[in-house]
Amino acid sequence: METPLLLFYLFAALAVGSALGMVLNLRNTVAGAMNLVLTMVSLGGIYLLLEAYLVAALQIMVYGGAIVVLFLFVVMLLNLRQDDFAPARAWLVRVGSALLAVAALVGLLSATRGLPEAPPVPAGFGGYAQVGEVLYTDYVLLVEVVSLLLLAAIVGALILAKRKID
Amino acid sequence: MIPLDHVIGLSAVLFSIGLIGVATRRNVIVMLMSIELMLNAVNLAFVGFNRMWPGSDSAPALSGQMFVLMVITVAAAEVAVGLGIVISMFRNRDSVDVDEVSLLKW
Repeated sequence: METPLLLFYLFAALAVGSALGMVLNLRNTVAGAMNLVLTMVSLGGIYLLLEAYLVAALQIMVYGGAIVVLFLFVVMLLNLRQDDFAPARAWLVRVGSALLAVAALVGLLSATRGLPEAPPVPAGFGGYAQVGEVLYTDYVLLVEVVSLLLLAAIVGALILAKRKID
Repeated sequence: MIPLDHVIGLSAVLFSIGLIGVATRRNVIVMLMSIELMLNAVNLAFVGFNRMWPGSDSAPALSGQMFVLMVITVAAAEVAVGLGIVISMFRNRDSVDVDEVSLLKW
């Protein structure tokens, strides 16, 4: 087997294993967040194999760095090391969600069977030069809208986390 | 060469794991993390399909990666606001159990 394919399977196994570790870890929320870091980093590796270089770098920086650190920060701020409530949902909810997940899995898998082979990519595909050029020409409105969204999120998070609004 | 079916299959598996996490866990922080996992699964599908249709040398097609950048930003905003809600919820109820916060439930 060629090396990229082997690496893909390695990263895929890591991602699925750590995702399961996060969802099924009932005792320790910090360990769950650490599993999430592993998922994010292995997805970053898969993006590299799919020749999305800028996206891979941003995935590791924003997801593996910023977002999961925010999760860890909140877990430690609230002192939640021991997750003392088990997932004691009604069995109906559990069975229903398992069925829903299996249905989503089967639907997605059957919809994507027999896709053609991927063509070779153009030169410089997915690098910062090309992505940046497209981002600031065709998608410049998107950048502006996202900047507004981030501003709203900053203000919203401040107001929500503040004890009392003066 | 990585077959695209396997990429989309991995994306479907990760999405289902996230779905199970959101539906069965009661710790609201783990639920938020599962939502992140589902968003990541969608990102993987976007990147995979963009790899499938990369455009030509003169006109590279990067719409999928643009959407991934957008999803990453929205996820960051969502986590910031969501964790703010978690903190104020913990302050009021002294717990991060979603079953404790059922005021809007009939």
